[in-house]
Amino acid sequence: MNFGILVNEGPFTHQASDSAYRFAKAAIEKGHQVPRVFFYYDGVNNGNKLSEPQSDDRNLVKLWAELAIEHGVDLVVCVAAGLRRGIKDENLAEGFGISGLGQLIELGIAADRTIVFGD
Amino acid sequence: MSEEFFDIEGKKKRFMFLNRKAPYGTIYALETLETVLISAAFEQNAVIAFVDDGVYQIMQGQDTGAIGMKNFSRTYGAVEMEKEDADEDPDLDIEWRIVVERESLEQRGLTADDFIIAVEVLGCEELSRLMNEQDVVLSG
Repeated sequence: MNFGILVNEGPFTHQASDSAYRFAKAAIEKGHQVPRVFFYYDGVNNGNKLSEPQSDDRNLVKLWAELAIEHGVDLVVCVAAGLRRGIKDENLAEGFGISGLGQLIELGIAADRTIVFGD
Repeated sequence: MSEEFFDIEGKKKRFMFLNRKAPYGTIYALETLETVLISAAFEQNAVIAFVDDGVYQIMQGQDTGAIGMKNFSRTYGAVEMEKEDADEDPDLDIEWRIVVERESLEQRGLTADDFIIAVEVLGCEELSRLMNEQDVVLSG
């Protein structure tokens, strides 16, 4: 099965990003596909390369990047929501891209199931 | 996977955009509205649903002067226009519905006359059944 994922919240403040990441990873390990993860609302903050969590805690930005690099998951930060919150090319984390809301709708149309992780 | 996976030409799904939050205390209302308007270009079936405090998003007479925020309530008029296009254009084989939950209205002392756009009022069981019929449910 192929899953589309929407992440509505930024890293750490809510568990949404952790849950979405762990779901994506588990789905891939079970042989499903996660072609794209769309980051909207505060979810765009998952793409901030300046995030520096404590060294003995998980680094969500990097964990997401690993999914992109190892499994070809397309990580898309919404351009408009990103601009509002100061996520731009210059501070975009490796593995992430910036694009429009159309990519979210496209994902909903293409995927077997679309799952939303939020507050 | 990419190219064939995203070859969505001609595919029509049923999207629900679920609005549960008041218009100005958080950004979910505004950014969900932006998603609805972008979705129009994709000619999909859509239900734009307002429940709980989400019903306040479409109330008449919003005045945001005192809070210094952009009053975006008029933009819901564009959603209504998209719904009318879906209804009237024979080449557009899609259905758009704008629905409000009855219980949410009753709890807030509101009626459909309080809104800036025309809505269908559905009881929560009917709305629940409608939600189950959707392919994609997006919410903020």
